[in-house]
Amino acid sequence: MSDTTRRQLPTLAARAVTQAHGGGGKAMKDLIDDVFVREFTALPEVLEDQARLELAELACLGDRLAMTTDGFVVDPLFFPGGDIGKLAVCGTVNDLAVGGAHPRYLSCAVILEEGLPIDDLRRIARSMATAAREAGVEIVTGDTKVVERGACDGVFITTTGIGVIPAERKLGIERIQADDVIIVNGWLGDHGAAILAARGDLSLDTDLESDCASLNGLIEALLAAAPETRCLRDATRGGVATVLNEMADASRLAIELDDLALPLRKEVRGMCEILGLDPLYLANEGKLVAVVPAAQAEAALVALRGHPLGKEAAIIGQALVGKPGRVTLRTGFGGQRIVDMLVGEQLPRIC
Amino acid sequence: MKFIDEFRDHARARQILEHITTLVARLAEQRGGPVRIMEVCGGHTHAIFHYGLEAMLPPELELIHGPGCPVCVLPMGRVDDCVAIAERPEVILATFGDAIRVPGSRKSLIQAKADGADVRIVYSPTDALALARKHPDREVVFFGLGFETTIPSTALTIAQAAREGVDNFSVFCNHITIIPTLKAILDNPDHRLDGFLGPGHVSMIIGTDPYRFIAEHYGCPVVVSGFEPLDILQSLLMVVRQLHDGRAEVENQYQRLVTSDGNLTALEAFHQVYEPRENCEWRGLGSIAESGVQIKAAYGAYDAERKFAVPNQQVADPDSCRCGDVLTGNLKPWQCELFGKRCTPDQPRGALMVSSEGACAAYYQYGGGNVDSPNHSTSQAES
Repeated sequence: MSDTTRRQLPTLAARAVTQAHGGGGKAMKDLIDDVFVREFTALPEVLEDQARLELAELACLGDRLAMTTDGFVVDPLFFPGGDIGKLAVCGTVNDLAVGGAHPRYLSCAVILEEGLPIDDLRRIARSMATAAREAGVEIVTGDTKVVERGACDGVFITTTGIGVIPAERKLGIERIQADDVIIVNGWLGDHGAAILAARGDLSLDTDLESDCASLNGLIEALLAAAPETRCLRDATRGGVATVLNEMADASRLAIELDDLALPLRKEVRGMCEILGLDPLYLANEGKLVAVVPAAQAEAALVALRGHPLGKEAAIIGQALVGKPGRVTLRTGFGGQRIVDMLVGEQLPRIC
Repeated sequence: MKFIDEFRDHARARQILEHITTLVARLAEQRGGPVRIMEVCGGHTHAIFHYGLEAMLPPELELIHGPGCPVCVLPMGRVDDCVAIAERPEVILATFGDAIRVPGSRKSLIQAKADGADVRIVYSPTDALALARKHPDREVVFFGLGFETTIPSTALTIAQAAREGVDNFSVFCNHITIIPTLKAILDNPDHRLDGFLGPGHVSMIIGTDPYRFIAEHYGCPVVVSGFEPLDILQSLLMVVRQLHDGRAEVENQYQRLVTSDGNLTALEAFHQVYEPRENCEWRGLGSIAESGVQIKAAYGAYDAERKFAVPNQQVADPDSCRCGDVLTGNLKPWQCELFGKRCTPDQPRGALMVSSEGACAAYYQYGGGNVDSPNHSTSQAES
């Protein structure tokens, strides 16, 4: 339904979220109408307690439904390259797309901290709507809760997504074979580094932006060019290193990376050098790790590089018969080291 | 990247490695055993593992990973004291990031934070002072850790707090100094060390002169080294060359930053605020005379130990812990029966498993450069 045919939506007078906005009464209805219904144009004019989805339409797209859910918390809420709203849409779209699914519908549950400026919430909702439109998904249902000041950090968002997997697609981590190549679609660690810089307590001036993006379009291009692609993962928290350890572990193969092949911006490298961090563990929000049979590697690279989100795509390593579950890195210096799972989170070193 | 890539040149590395291999082979044959060199600094240990250097070296050259990781050698009792301070309701405890996981006998700072203590990660003591200015109703305590590298920055911060009269700021001082500890290691009749890579950052402050006793009295070569992989290889070659020539001298590979007499301004700040502590406890090494510093009485108002009553209890390391043997080169990390089984980075029992600069944690994480070596996941399954 287009905006023009909609009923007149109320305009909130309040400037900040209060407990009244979570009370279930008129204040809450006005907040939902003014902020979410206004932006999420796929929401029906009369809200029911559930979204109702046409089965026939979904069945045309494939033979399996994919469903995923993710909670989003980030400090700061707005950062170079995105905000929590964009993150909440792209993250769930990507979790569907790396399974080979066409993402279709999202839900959106928000937990709001008392005192959050309404303008910030509008900005987040608008950003979610834009990201959803760009990814070709519809936000069809949602929920709003308000908690006391201090009980959450501005906004927490949970999105659940439903997509459809075409019948011929069989992506799975267990399909990885020896000699398959490991490909990433571009610069690693931009999101993690941008967030660290945006927190402001490092006093580092950078132009770094989060790579936050929906990858479903890129993945369609990749799978068209390299239909034998074994599996895909998006390298979010824990970075590429964590994804590769999961892949090596599940396939009982070894994975060897080439340090010199890792696409790293010099700003990210520099920041990691200063802080004693390893870019392989930095979070990404628009990067996938693809495992592709060697014979289709070139086609995969060409397809990725032909897409705006894959210009810096690179082969970074290979699966090998070796110590099962072990990921190693051949250093540019000629040495070799193990790339293990992180125990906790990366912490900057003293000196 | 400029000023980085030059120090990671593979072709240069190969040339240096060839020289090292030739000289070490001759030395090992002469003495009928390997050459043992200790890298004192945890930063060196980290770099050696990060770049896979150890596996590139000839097997007759053994690296002994020394005590220069301030997080690793912090005794459990001091962590307990720090947790006790952090748990006071009026306190904001500000700390460097890698200290928050160090286990105390009750809990670590990260656990104390989960239990409600206000623990914040900062990147410099001046950030902690800024917190104190911002929260005049709270007591901000900085967890002062590290060798001579970080001592001047906490000293200057304390002096600045005194100048500004920021009375709600204090430092819980756990600073330690490297020279007495090197002496203690050399005085141990069981040590099997042939030479040292001197710590680069510490030497930037204290200069190279303080190491002269090692060469003159103990007959061991010392080469102060930078932290890039080529720095470390070149420094190893310099030590090996001294051994080969029968020399014992203090040499400076890190000339782009280190001088013979150090940074006099930093040293002045150091001695303005700190004085030697009579005895200082090191995890894995025990008590070493005058190996730590404390805040002088003139700055007592900024000393968290004077401001808050701390339990100040000594807590012994577990008996089965062999960190001391690893630190003195008598045991390799994986030869300890706890390694990778009851002692992991997740649940460290011994000091050297605590920080990525500790020898055991580095072996656990990076496999000692030998990617077929047994580490955590396989050693559990295969042993």
